[in-house]
Amino acid sequence: MVSRTARRILSSPDNTAAFARALGTRLHPGDVLLLSGPIGAGKSHFARALIQSLQDTPEDVPSPTFTLVQVYDTRAGELWHADLYRLSDPDQCVELGLTDAFETAICLIEWPDRLTDLTPQNALEMRFSAGQTEKERILTLDWTDPRWNVLLSELAA
Amino acid sequence: MPNSPLILGLESSCDDTAAAVLRGREILSSIVVGQDALHAAFGGVVPEIAARAHAEKLDLAVEQAVAEAGVPLAEIDAIAVTAGPGLIGGVLSGVMTAKGLATALGVPMIGVNHLAGHALTPRLTDDLPYPYLMLLVSGGHCQFLIVRGPDDFTRLGGTIDDAPGEAFDKTARLLGLPQPGGPSVEAEAQEGDSKRFRFPRPLLDRPGCDLSFSGLKTALLRERDRLVAEHGGLHAQDRADLCAGFQAAVRDVLAEKSRRAIALYLGEHADDPAMAVAGGVAANQELRGALQAVCADHGLAFVAPPLRLCTDNAAMIAYAGAELWALGVSHDMTLSARPRWPLDRTAAPLVGSGKKGAKA
Repeated sequence: MVSRTARRILSSPDNTAAFARALGTRLHPGDVLLLSGPIGAGKSHFARALIQSLQDTPEDVPSPTFTLVQVYDTRAGELWHADLYRLSDPDQCVELGLTDAFETAICLIEWPDRLTDLTPQNALEMRFSAGQTEKERILTLDWTDPRWNVLLSELAA
Repeated sequence: MPNSPLILGLESSCDDTAAAVLRGREILSSIVVGQDALHAAFGGVVPEIAARAHAEKLDLAVEQAVAEAGVPLAEIDAIAVTAGPGLIGGVLSGVMTAKGLATALGVPMIGVNHLAGHALTPRLTDDLPYPYLMLLVSGGHCQFLIVRGPDDFTRLGGTIDDAPGEAFDKTARLLGLPQPGGPSVEAEAQEGDSKRFRFPRPLLDRPGCDLSFSGLKTALLRERDRLVAEHGGLHAQDRADLCAGFQAAVRDVLAEKSRRAIALYLGEHADDPAMAVAGGVAANQELRGALQAVCADHGLAFVAPPLRLCTDNAAMIAYAGAELWALGVSHDMTLSARPRWPLDRTAAPLVGSGKKGAKA
């Protein structure tokens, strides 16, 4: 299995949102995005922009930190937005229904390190980190599933 | 109110499992089976995800609630249960337990919106007349509501990203303070200078009652990193000043947005205008003081139910169920658990981002 990586500069929150929307239009159920990075790196901002761009009537996208999972109906199918920060055991991910959702829904997962062995092989890892300026973020993408090759090269074009 | 019906309430939509018995506004018992002792160790609240765990605790909570109320189960007139929003497993186990009890006892069952339970708490505790303005801060929720009846809410605005409690928790995490962040950041802020760091007041430049706290967290993070880089660590006074500056920013945002919400609410021409604040915000003396001052400026009574009735509990569910039942609302065995259930289904959604410059 070939592991690939790509790096992208997100120059501003608007730029992050634009990238989220562009990626969003290409997603379908079974796609899993693992969003990692420290507090304030822009994970939730990215997720919110992506989710709202897939809704005919955009609705509130509250932080899932307390509720663990927020489920949305979108044009592209069911979408799960999860924040695993409060979980202490991968078994809890199974009880949440996450492992089933990996097969049937688009999943955006914050704090995905809690998944450990349950991390899906086909997932796209997205690591957000601080950039040179207050508004800039660096996004590092890692994947092995060839599906992301095409998709990300489209986005890079 | 000896003639008021006896209501058993069940709540299991998030972390805690709860049961309560109410007659009218009198709380005969209110049992909350939580995991408070474990929370701090994990830097936040450890969730109870498994429906099974909720179901096991619910039985015991009901047993204890009925015993403490001193009434036989057979005298219960109706069962009120949280039917959403929340984690599906927990809500489901509550609804199933309610169905079993209602069937066995031959009494009606009322499905209650968890948020309606919070929104009606000022009536349970203070007999507040409709319509009133509510700043509802609970878990991940933070919204301004006009409450006109047990099923009549208008949402004026709410947070488009983090709730204030979450902002306090994350601030505590960023500064190495214990969880939950509300009390620890407040204590630290008391030693600090709120004017040293000028943090942003998100969304004050835009009309409306929407709130945003995510950008504030990012600003705090930048300031912390700058201080650490400069001094090779974070001094106690710096940390206290950061907390004080952060809290002052939250205070100013909440006060200004409350002012705007009050302006809209005054259009209701309530006989006894009042604003109720539920949740951790009212437990913070700085925030509470600012909100009280805004209410006083506009001739509104200020009501803050006790914190133990603002965190998740079943007394509020029993009370909301009783009000709904009085209006003729009850549900049959087709009642289903709803993971998502906004209080005001007509309100415009909160589109866009709290970050400066972002578009909807």
